[in-house]
Amino acid sequence: MKITKTFIAIFLSASVLFFSCKPKDSDVQTNINQKFAATPECTGATASVADGVATLTGEVKDDACKNLAGTTATGIKGVKSVVNNLTTTPPPPPPPPAPAVNPDTALTQGVTDATKDFPTVKTSVNNGEITLTGSIKRSDLKTLMQSLNTLHPTKINNQLTIK
Amino acid sequence: MSALQDKYKELIDTANSSGISNLQISEQGNVLHIDGDAPDGASKDKLWDIYNKIDPDYRAGDLVLDVNVAVTSGSKAKVTTDSTNLNIRKGPGTDQEVVGKAAHGETVTIQSKTNDQWWLIKTDGGVEGYTYAQYLSPQ
Repeated sequence: MKITKTFIAIFLSASVLFFSCKPKDSDVQTNINQKFAATPECTGATASVADGVATLTGEVKDDACKNLAGTTATGIKGVKSVVNNLTTTPPPPPPPPAPAVNPDTALTQGVTDATKDFPTVKTSVNNGEITLTGSIKRSDLKTLMQSLNTLHPTKINNQLTIK
Repeated sequence: MSALQDKYKELIDTANSSGISNLQISEQGNVLHIDGDAPDGASKDKLWDIYNKIDPDYRAGDLVLDVNVAVTSGSKAKVTTDSTNLNIRKGPGTDQEVVGKAAHGETVTIQSKTNDQWWLIKTDGGVEGYTYAQYLSPQ
């Protein structure tokens, strides 16, 4: 009987010792978050720990990162279980399809129309910019420039030789 | 006021005072864009004269002056080619078939404005088609 009591006493004190040795939730939480901070894939994940249960919240890049964060938290001493509530960033929407008509195509057509009567004028179109080379009579310059300005170009580079 | 707006101040002031509607002044990549609808051809020409005075021969490449004469269907326009006839085409583009000609100095009726480049017109002789707007002066 006495032995049994002794055992109970030892067991109780061992229990107290055991519980006092258990890592504090706040320390566990700090350890997990430090580990997350050191793991680029876990950017965005935050852990909060209560009674040894680590709850992960936040948004990470993808499922692989979410699983890695879960495994990382599980591996920290003092974590009994992990509730992985991490969300993943949805993939970006697919890029819009290329416009059927390249704006430069429409602009080039407009430039072709505008310069039809000025065969000595050479033109090029790039990214909305019209570049004029070749030559033109001064009396025709205004007519040409007025036409080109209605085409909504971003810029007109006038390198014409004016005769 | 930006340097560009300062440079073209006379032009902007004139645009403001000469009844240009829908006037928009903006800057994109060091190019000043002036857009709007002119009440008549004379107002547009005045702006172009000032443009040429500030930037002779339009060399600087820092302005897009997109002010066009507002036209209404049914109004008249004069053919202002140098001396030649004006092609009347089946569609809006120089790649379109020529369906008729309007003589230099002839007055035609504007049916509609397809865009700033091409207007649908009808001659007194009954030919209908698209002509290049640069060679038409609304009356």
